[in-house]
Parts: sequence; C-alpha cells; structure tokens
Amino acid sequence: MEYLINLAILFCIYGMLALSLNLVVGMTGLLSLAQAAFYGIGAYACAIGMTSLGLGFFTTVLLGILVNGVLAFIVGKILSRFQGDYYAIVSAGLSIIVFSVLLNWKDLTNGPLGIFGISKPAVFGYQLSSNLAYLLLCLAAVVLSYFFYNLIDKSSFGRTLKAIREDEQLTRSLGYNTKHFKSIIFVISAVMSGVVGAMFASYIAFIDPSTFQLKEGIFLFTIIIVGGLSSARGSIAGALILISLPEILRFIGLPYETAAQLQQIIYGGLLVLMMVLKPQGLFGKYKM
Amino acid sequence: METMIKVENLTKQFMGLKAIDDLTVEIPAGVATGLIGPNGSGKTTLMNVLTGLLSPEAGTIFINERRFRKIKPNMLRRLKIARTFQDSRLIEQMSVEDNLLLPVAENRCWHSLAERNTNAYREKLEAVLETIRLKQYRNKNAGELSYGQRKLLEIGRTLMQNAEIYFFDEPFTGLFPEAVGQILAIMQKLKTAGKTLIIIEHNMNLIERLCDYVAVLDHGTLLAEGTPAEVLKNEQVREAYLGK
Ligand SMILES: Nc1ncnc2c1ncn2[C@@H]1O[C@H](COP(=O)(O)OP(=O)(O)O)[C@@H](O)[C@H]1O
Ligand SMILES: [Mg+2]
Repeated sequence: MEYLINLAILFCIYGMLALSLNLVVGMTGLLSLAQAAFYGIGAYACAIGMTSLGLGFFTTVLLGILVNGVLAFIVGKILSRFQGDYYAIVSAGLSIIVFSVLLNWKDLTNGPLGIFGISKPAVFGYQLSSNLAYLLLCLAAVVLSYFFYNLIDKSSFGRTLKAIREDEQLTRSLGYNTKHFKSIIFVISAVMSGVVGAMFASYIAFIDPSTFQLKEGIFLFTIIIVGGLSSARGSIAGALILISLPEILRFIGLPYETAAQLQQIIYGGLLVLMMVLKPQGLFGKYKM
Repeated sequence: METMIKVENLTKQFMGLKAIDDLTVEIPAGVATGLIGPNGSGKTTLMNVLTGLLSPEAGTIFINERRFRKIKPNMLRRLKIARTFQDSRLIEQMSVEDNLLLPVAENRCWHSLAERNTNAYREKLEAVLETIRLKQYRNKNAGELSYGQRKLLEIGRTLMQNAEIYFFDEPFTGLFPEAVGQILAIMQKLKTAGKTLIIIEHNMNLIERLCDYVAVLDHGTLLAEGTPAEVLKNEQVREAYLGK
C-alpha cells in the first residue's frame, strides 16, 4: 500500500512538472530545458527554509516563488530573444549553471551531501504526517494545476501563445508584444515547477543536487513529447506512462542493473517511436 | 487629394541588391491605389517596409503625417494598418475563428489571461465570417483550407481589424472568378467606407475597375504615377511593364 501511495505521489509531482513545461514547450513552442533548475530552486527554498530558517512549508513556497519569479523574469527576458535550437541551448546552460550552484555553494546548500530532515507541511494546523494525507494534498494540487493549464489554454493569452509558436513575426504584426508574452509564460511555468519542487522536497525529506540536473529536464521533455504537446491530458498521461515504466520492469522481475539500463533504452526508443509515428504525442494538439 | 502615406528617398537593399532604390512616392488617403510593376520590381518589399517586416537602410516614412525612420510590426494595430501576404500567412494549427480573433483580442499580457469570453467580438466575427463565406469552416484549422479559402480568411482577418489602411499583396492571384468577384465587392465596400487601400496586382483590368490611382515601380524606383488611364498611356510603362 505504501508503495502505491509513493508511486501516486510521484505521478502527481511529475504530472504537475509536465503541465508546467507544456505551457512553455507545447503551448508556446519554446524548447526549454531549464525546468529542472526551477524545480530544484523551489525544492532548495523549501529545504533551506524549513531546516535552517525554521519557516513553515507555505512560507518557503512563497520564498521559492519569489526567487524563481525574479530569476525566471531575468532569464526569460534574455531567452525571449532566442528561438528554436538556440533557446534549447541557452536554457540548458541555465540548468547546468543552477546545478553547479546547488552543488558548490556549500554554505547555503550543503553541497553534494544534500539537506536532511525536511518535514511535511501542516495544513490549517493539521500536520500531514502520513503519506496518504500527503497524497491528498498532491492530488488537490494536480487538479488545481490541470485547471490552471486549461484556464490559460482557453484564454486570449493562450491563443496568443499558440500564435507565437507558429509565427512570431506575424503575431507581432497583429499587435502583440511577443517577447513580453514569451517571458511571462516562462515565469509562470518556472514558478509553477518551483512550487512542485517544494512539494517534492517536503515529501521526500532529503534532497541533494543530483535530482536537479539537466537530464531531469530532458526527462520532463520526454514526458510531454510522449504524452502530447500543448495538451493537459497529454502531460498527465505522459507522466503516468514514464513513471510506471520502471515499476513495470521491476514487476516483471528484471534484476535492478538490467532494468536500469533497459529503462534508458526504452525511454530513448519511445521518444524515437513517437517522433516517427505520432509526432504530436498521444493526446497532443500540436505538431512541431 | 490628401496624402495618407508618403515615403521619401527610401532604400532597402538585400546584400547589395537595391530592391527599393531612393524611392519617393505618395499614397492618397481614402482611395484605392494600385501598386504595379514587373516581377521583382520591389512592390512586396515596399509593402514589407511599410508594415514593419523589413527595416529600410535609408529614407523617411510618413503615415498620416507622423514621421518614422522605420515601422515596427507591433505598431500596426495602433497605426490601424492591416495587410495580407502574397503567400497567405495564417496560424495553420489554429481554427478559422481563432485566426480571426487574433488581431482584435486583448493584447495586454495579464489582461488577456482574464479574457476567456470573446462575446465582445462576436458580432464582428459573425459578420466577417458571413462576408468571407467561411461560416461552416469556423472550427476547421486554417491549414485544412483550400488555397482560395486561405486568401479569403486572410482578407477576413484584415476586416476584423477596423483598420484605416489596407495593404493587399496580389489578393486575386490564382483565384476562380467567383472568389475574385467576392473580393472585389469587399474592396469596393472598404472604399465606400473611406478606407485607404494599396493593392498589388498584375491584372490591369482589375486595376482599372478598382483603383483611383496607380504607382508603377521598376527596379525599385518610381516609373510613373497617376490615374489608371494616364499610366496606361505612358510609353515607358507600356515598354517596361506591358512589353508593348
Ligand atoms: N528576403 C529577401 N532576400 C533577398 N532578396 C529579396 C528578398 N525579398 C525580395 N528580394 C529581392 O528584391 C527584389 C524585389 O522583390 P519583391 O519586392 O518581392 O518584388 P515584387 O513583389 O515586385 O515582385 C527581387 O529582386 C527579389 O529577388
Ligand atoms: Mg511580390
């Protein structure tokens, strides 16, 4: 039972991360590989806030929002000058920089040793000590994120983002400050994944920099490519598929080593297969 | 005639090739001006400079007596300029309806996040869909439309905008007579409403029917200007353009 609850919480975490990434990659067509950076900053804001500073969970979430918001605003301004491959490269650069800061700023982050003893939040005075209670919080957050995604999708803001993804110059000539739109959605997405980072840290109780590397950003990318670009349903479906895959491999009784290797091959194979057979992903609404 | 647009000593080069070469020309307000000239004479380039897709190397642009070194694309909404493209430019993976709403929807970032309901533009949208006869395709993606329907959708998009100045780059090319008639009617209506039209077109019959004024470009310079009748009589024009 605990095993299933643990799995369900991971679904929720990755589902939300996929939703936040899809706002940038699917809806706006910006190939961002920076998501793990904001996810990590949110997680560290929570970890440092709750352990060293003795803050409550929700205060640390606000702290993460603030730090991510400011960073994403600055980076987003720079990134919004770029497109396509350049966007991917520059955003990957950001991910690498943030990772090495987490790794090397030992006074703040405790470096590679990570931070222990992060506790679960209290909601309205009620301490969420069991994983089941935490799952309920996560589910609520997923539902909220899902609706938030669709809120953007159905708004004029969403229409403009989708126009930018196909023809930015045309969109500009129809009266939109497209750079501004691009940097705002980048900030929204960054803040969102930072909040998820805090939820992750508080759940897992111990974090270290290795979780927040570039390859995590690439993994998230895989989730939305498989599940579907520009689709809330696709984000969730992709997370379900890619999170349950290693569990299935374990279930059929492969030795750990083999399973781990096979997993990478399957991820890669899945990505290639999707690109060839169904480039818009399972539930996707947009072809790159 | 009052002047709506004036360019002075405008030059636009592409790697040494002067597509627009020290051009000075005026476009009258409230009438239709035909922009003609052989292929490669710089008509589209001039339109692109005037709608902010290209920046000129030299020269001055006056729109409604306001002076510009160059036009930026995001100024068009404020300047009330709408245009179509020689090869239709639509948001392919977006419905006909959304393509039409795009130029009128809220363009302030945060405000647009709150705009979910587009009833404010409904009436206009229905009227335009009626005019361009794409009602039954409203939920289809632009990418699924035929060539002619795409041209009509692009024109519909300009109609949504309540613009004062309309640029049409070869709006009739490749269309069946029925669609040509439809577009002619739309343009006549814009003229009646006192709008300024600039139309690039090769068919002199259509130019004569539609335009009050014609400017002839050749190698990026102004070869002749005047009423269609005057221009057609011009020896140089007949030689350079009509090959007679
Ligand atoms: N983007 C571009 N890059 C390079 N050369 C161009 C570009 N656009 C137009 N040209 C050149 O500029 C000249 C004028 O082109 P254009 O304005 O399209 O002519 P027209 O519309 O009158 O047929 C042509 O010689 C064309 O090849
Ligand atoms: Mg042309």
